[in-house]
Amino acid sequence: MTGAEFVPLSLPPLVIGICAAIACAVPGNFLLLRKQALIGDAISHVVLPGIVLAFLVTGTLSAWPMMIGAGIAALVAVGLIEAVRRLGRIEPGAAMGVVFTAMFAGGVLLLEQSDTSSVHLDVEHALYGNLESLIWLDAVGWSSVFDPEALAGMPPELWRMVITTLVVLVMCVLFWRPLKLSTFDEGFAQTIGLPVNLIGLGLVVTAAIAAVAAFDAVGSIIVIAMFICPPAAARMMTNSLEAQVLWSVVFATVSAVLGYVLAGYGPLWLGFENAVSAAGMIATVSGGILALAAAFGPCRTRSGAPVEA
Amino acid sequence: MSLDLITTEGHRVTSSTEFDAPLAIRGLTVSYGEKPAVFSVDATFHPGEMTAIIGPNGAGKSTLLKAALGIVKPLSGLISAWGQPMASERARIAYVPQRASVDWDFPTRVLDVVMMGQYRSLGLLRRVSGAHRKITLDSLARVGMESFASRQIGQLSGGQQQRVFLARALAQEADLYLLDEPFAGVDAATEKAIISVLQELRAAGKTVVAVHHDLATAPEYFDRVFLINTTRIAEGTVAEAFTQPNLQAAYGGRLATAQMGAAI
Amino acid sequence: MLFEALTLQLGYNATLVTVGAMLLGIAAGATGTFLFLGKRALVSDAISHATLPGVALAFMLMVAFGGEGRSLLGLLLGSAVTSAIGLICVSALTHRTRLSEDAAIGAVLSVFFGFGIVLLTVIQSMNAGRQAGLESFLLGSTAGMLWNDAVVIALGGTLVLLAVLILRRPMTTVAFDPEFAAGAGMNVRRIELAMMGLAMAITVVGLKIVGLILIVALLIIPAVAARFWSHRVGHVVLLAGAFGGIAGYVGAAISATAPALPTGPIIVLVAFAIFLMSLLIAPARGVLAAMLRHRRFQAQVHVRQGLLALATDQPIYERLTLRLMKRRGLVRADGVATETGHAQAARALLDERRWQVLRSDPAHADAAAHYDGLTPLDTVLTPDQLKALDQGLGPRAAT
Repeated sequence: MTGAEFVPLSLPPLVIGICAAIACAVPGNFLLLRKQALIGDAISHVVLPGIVLAFLVTGTLSAWPMMIGAGIAALVAVGLIEAVRRLGRIEPGAAMGVVFTAMFAGGVLLLEQSDTSSVHLDVEHALYGNLESLIWLDAVGWSSVFDPEALAGMPPELWRMVITTLVVLVMCVLFWRPLKLSTFDEGFAQTIGLPVNLIGLGLVVTAAIAAVAAFDAVGSIIVIAMFICPPAAARMMTNSLEAQVLWSVVFATVSAVLGYVLAGYGPLWLGFENAVSAAGMIATVSGGILALAAAFGPCRTRSGAPVEA
Repeated sequence: MSLDLITTEGHRVTSSTEFDAPLAIRGLTVSYGEKPAVFSVDATFHPGEMTAIIGPNGAGKSTLLKAALGIVKPLSGLISAWGQPMASERARIAYVPQRASVDWDFPTRVLDVVMMGQYRSLGLLRRVSGAHRKITLDSLARVGMESFASRQIGQLSGGQQQRVFLARALAQEADLYLLDEPFAGVDAATEKAIISVLQELRAAGKTVVAVHHDLATAPEYFDRVFLINTTRIAEGTVAEAFTQPNLQAAYGGRLATAQMGAAI
Repeated sequence: MLFEALTLQLGYNATLVTVGAMLLGIAAGATGTFLFLGKRALVSDAISHATLPGVALAFMLMVAFGGEGRSLLGLLLGSAVTSAIGLICVSALTHRTRLSEDAAIGAVLSVFFGFGIVLLTVIQSMNAGRQAGLESFLLGSTAGMLWNDAVVIALGGTLVLLAVLILRRPMTTVAFDPEFAAGAGMNVRRIELAMMGLAMAITVVGLKIVGLILIVALLIIPAVAARFWSHRVGHVVLLAGAFGGIAGYVGAAISATAPALPTGPIIVLVAFAIFLMSLLIAPARGVLAAMLRHRRFQAQVHVRQGLLALATDQPIYERLTLRLMKRRGLVRADGVATETGHAQAARALLDERRWQVLRSDPAHADAAAHYDGLTPLDTVLTPDQLKALDQGLGPRAAT
């Protein structure tokens, strides 16, 4: 493929896909170790009521109100889950199940009740996004990457996703030590004065930021898969947290690239005409990587004695 | 829910010398449900003392420690460290949690865990210096674990895990050491190693408080005991505290008379 | 219109769907309780998301063999196959690798769902697939449902409910205490498998009504809501079944009254309303009741500690204690004890001393187990026993 074809059509979705995958996978490592892997699932479900409400309030489908709406919904969900868990003394899994299904149901109902027929807002879009449509028409080839005028015509999702990824990475590097410490031994972290609740909340908020930015570009399904699959596969490769996070970045990148390529060209190679969903394929590839790691990863089994709960 | 704890308001409680002790607890009540786990307990721990908190299972030993550290929230009571609110004196306090309270499958090495003891001087981004490294390795050497520094923590035995936790506390270079069940499920060699480290700390004038559940070894290891079963039953030297009525009050029918005899 | 719907007067299909949703709700509530008590509520989320590739594959297969591909029974069979594979994956990842169950659930649900979406886009590009309407399985849709489909749902709901009724005893035991169950000679693994099988059956039957994203709510919410009302497993199961049934019936009925009221979300929201009510007002574990109990208990603790401090001439440091004691007329505004305060303090001290003696006495080991710092001893011992105890109190009472 030539640059003239690749840069406008494939470069933006690839970059967006890779960034989305990395932004979710990095905080996913900590969620995984804290046994909160499913919080990503919960967050990505409540994005729907958030964007529907944002639409009803502003009447437009522009990106910022939608992302703010989704962000607020994610925070409300996290708060509600915590409230249900503490007030009702309900185990976290069940508390999540109650909150995210109810909020999702509310979102679907709102969507059906409001007149959204004139705009493109539906459940399917929130679920699997539309990575393939994020193209860069102003690009003529690789030279455009260095052309400020052409760069201005990049899909805005790309900038948002790149910035979000940078923010997530900076947060994780900056708070690496307290995150690692409080994830490993929360009681000890408390006694040296670390604000463990704040750290936990900060992690979830960072994850929510990643999820909201990623859903806008690639849909919820990638978000859930990237929160869990690359970190889980990385967990089987190494016994060092630093290496695990690097592995998860590698796996996330491979999933995004391979998934995008397979979705776009796989069917053509098999003789079909139409591409398949890139978001779905990226999730599928990440599952394949996890399966391989679970079968052959050098550190796939537990090394410590199981925790007595 | 406001508890009006004077310590949380940052006021000094009183000028009485008792409150200047490394750890003073007054009227502490902690409850998980509607039955107090710890009820109206007073306790004072002094420098150069090594005290065992002793009592049967579910007597509130660990709860007392966790409440003193602010890990669990008390229903009532005051806690002070050197006459100050606990929160302002954290740098001088080292805590060794129960071994089973963490996931030993966590992806990290022995060295990293012990380094966590120096978090206060490392902060968010400061680079690990030679001095940090030296304190960490010295702490490991004091518990006899220096050759395990780069070992994955999941590969350690129970006793080795306990020693790593103790090394982390040593790396904190604190004045008050609080240990939760340091001898639970460890081998005899580890038990000896731990006790000799604790005795060194006492000799250096530090305050050591350990939750312990073995009546038989308590007289040998500790010079003071704090006998608890929801309330304080007795506090003092082993001879003062381990009387037949006190042991009966602490253990009730849960202990054969022969065992009590052995402890006395 | 709502009245007609609730009294099943909106035609055969609506009636069948409503009754089917109710039966399904009862079965889901009861089965969900077993999952919830075993702390495995979200396994159902993996099961439900793993149905999507099955639905798609079944459709493709049926088309490949020359069918129209819309037979509900065939689609549901396909969904059962992949959700079973999903379950096996969760189990393998949890037992064979170091991953915890929540990570395994998340991995399976996202990957299977993602693969399902890939298959859906394949179907959309097939000629026969344009009007397949498989998307309706995501959120459920009972509008324009065929008579046959309604019968499948009603029958399916009945069968699942029957199975729950038959298996309820062993499942209760296993969910509550698997070790005891194993000790009692029960085949725990097989019963857990049956539990999962039931959850799967409920998911599959519920796909068309509630949709695969929300069916998990029917398994979780009624069980969690019921838990607030009772501490007894049997009661929780019954209540959860009732809540699930109500949610299914009322939800399906409301949804039948207008086209813009999708069945699944309405059922879930009805269940959520029941949950919210339970969370707030249930007397056993509801938030209001718990808050009141906690405040009463806290006051009890503070007053008792305050009285003991008064009696032993120790200062009372805590403001809350002083406030509570002032309110009860035990101390004056300046912190000095009142007449009543002195009397009650003396009584509290005597009680505490009696307890002290009693706990050090092997003869009273049984009574000593009642000690919690708050229970007055005269509620544990008879007056005669108290008198005997006081003799042992001797001079210590005066100190």
